[in-house]
Amino acid sequence: MKIIETVELHKVYANEDVETLALDDITFSIEEGEFVAIMGPSGSGKSTLLHILGFLDKPSAGKYYFNGKEAGSYDQEEMAHIRNREMGFVFQSFNLLSRTSVLENVKLPLLYSKFPERKWNEMALGAIRAVGLEHRLIHVPSQLSGGEKQRVAIARALVNSPRVIFADEPTGNLDSKSGQAVMEVLQTLNMEQGHTIILITHETYTAEHAERIIRIKDGRVESDEKVKGRHLAKESFKK
Amino acid sequence: MRYRHLLKTAVIGLRTHKSRSLLTILGIVIGITSIIMVMSLGQGAQDLILKQIASIGPKTIAVVPGRQPTGLTDSLSTFTDSIKKRDLDALLVSGNAPHISRIMPIVFGSEAVTYGNELYRPTLLGATGMFAQIYDIYPEYGRLFTDDEVQGYSEVLVIGAEVKKELFGSDDAIGQKVKVKGRSLRVVGVLPKTGQVSFLNFDKIVVMPYTTAQQYIFGIKYFNRLVVEADNQENVGATVEDIKRTLRNQHNITNPDKDDFFVETQADAMNMVSTITNALTLFLAAIAAISLVVGGIGIMNIMLVSVTERTHEIGLRKALGATNKNILSQFLLEAIILTAVGGAVGIFLGGLFSYLAALVLSQGYGLDWTFTLPLSAVFLGLGVSSGIGLVFGIYPARQAAKKDPIEALRYE
Repeated sequence: MKIIETVELHKVYANEDVETLALDDITFSIEEGEFVAIMGPSGSGKSTLLHILGFLDKPSAGKYYFNGKEAGSYDQEEMAHIRNREMGFVFQSFNLLSRTSVLENVKLPLLYSKFPERKWNEMALGAIRAVGLEHRLIHVPSQLSGGEKQRVAIARALVNSPRVIFADEPTGNLDSKSGQAVMEVLQTLNMEQGHTIILITHETYTAEHAERIIRIKDGRVESDEKVKGRHLAKESFKK
Repeated sequence: MRYRHLLKTAVIGLRTHKSRSLLTILGIVIGITSIIMVMSLGQGAQDLILKQIASIGPKTIAVVPGRQPTGLTDSLSTFTDSIKKRDLDALLVSGNAPHISRIMPIVFGSEAVTYGNELYRPTLLGATGMFAQIYDIYPEYGRLFTDDEVQGYSEVLVIGAEVKKELFGSDDAIGQKVKVKGRSLRVVGVLPKTGQVSFLNFDKIVVMPYTTAQQYIFGIKYFNRLVVEADNQENVGATVEDIKRTLRNQHNITNPDKDDFFVETQADAMNMVSTITNALTLFLAAIAAISLVVGGIGIMNIMLVSVTERTHEIGLRKALGATNKNILSQFLLEAIILTAVGGAVGIFLGGLFSYLAALVLSQGYGLDWTFTLPLSAVFLGLGVSSGIGLVFGIYPARQAAKKDPIEALRYE
């Protein structure tokens, strides 16, 4: 089943009489359970695409179907609800609330959800366990390493059991070892738990952890192909 | 978003900037403190005055010379010498005002009283012996002066406890002669220590026959007022009308607007005092409220800074599914918590200062002052401060809610 489908997406930024075409005729679709990397150099439009796919922005023209429904008709509040219920976000700069414990950080999306409050702790604990940080519950972000912070962010993205996780340069601020650990978590979520993951990156090596790479350049899809010789972060994935 | 968590989020947001939050609410604290103090002290003052009025009993009526001033420009047209002996006599004719049970003319002023080398300047009251029944104060030593002494312009007087102490110390005062305006008067009675009754401090008073006071001390022919008591409370209204009719006859007045006297019942006096003190309290509270507006602007300023500083957090929350309403409530609640806490602190401080003031006024100045913290003031304080949070918090909160999540996330 197609979780994401775009048809001739365009995005134009109008700025002081100068119009910039950020996305130009983007058409592709992503099946539920896929692990797709969207790759491109900076300025290629991949962030704009992520914002539209992640319901943070709307296209200027074209159609975006999420879960079979056309997104153009949603108002801001409905978009917020869908972000909360169906999507998880992992950012390059972690974006954790400082002076707030790991547990509370992971619970943050639940504050805006319909889940009953008594389930919040259990859900957050589950997500934290999934990224292997159950020994860090009451730590605050400043006490964590970069890799751990990103794993907290992944736990936060997971906590609502969303259909899609968007990871925007999740390894961009990490050393290669921590980056590898993060990719391992993402691959585990995809391969063992069936989460759909959309990874935005400009590094080929990172992108090659996905099953499929969509290359964007100058706002257009340059190529869209399966990864040959996919990197697997854990030996056990190779079975 | 659940209210408990909304509250928690707001409190965490405020705790992160403790000293700034404290400074921010200072304006509100000061404003509410002053409003509470004004209201509490205003109520205390009103109670004090009303108690004084009540102390002479509800049957009492005062006849005061002059026209009751109706405005500022009118204050010159008063006649202070319009009530004389013949008016008193006319009122004593029982057909004129049948429900009068007692009537006492009064003159008063201030004169130095000397005994040997000792000098004291008490309030000097010229009355009849009836003052003891009206004010319920009877001599501790000696006696009152008699009606015969009043008729006979006798040079006798009754002195208050403080006067006795200042002039005679521990010596016996009864029978001694003191000098007032060069005339020798004999002390026949000493009053017990009583304090303030009906605006007169009976400890610092000298009472003598009004005839003596008029003739020898003040050199006047009129009275400063007549104190009338009706035979019972139901007849107060009728008696007021009787007095007015009799005096108008005496003074040949046909148009009540031209009255050269006015008649005041205890209820009138209480109403007037309440009106005046309430107006004063309101006026002072309104001035204090200006500081609340200033405090509110401070809150708005700090909330705007806070919204800008936390742009990134707002972007994150929105990305994670917070609606505009969620963000609006979070920042609005922060502002309301700030001002409500400020209001609560202000109520506490205002109550505390009013209590201390009441303590000083009652202990230090011997006033019959009781501490009251009107419940209306407490609710007003809390309501106004929260309202200020709402009014001055809405603009920053809307700024926060309006932020575009992408822009906000990019903001460093």
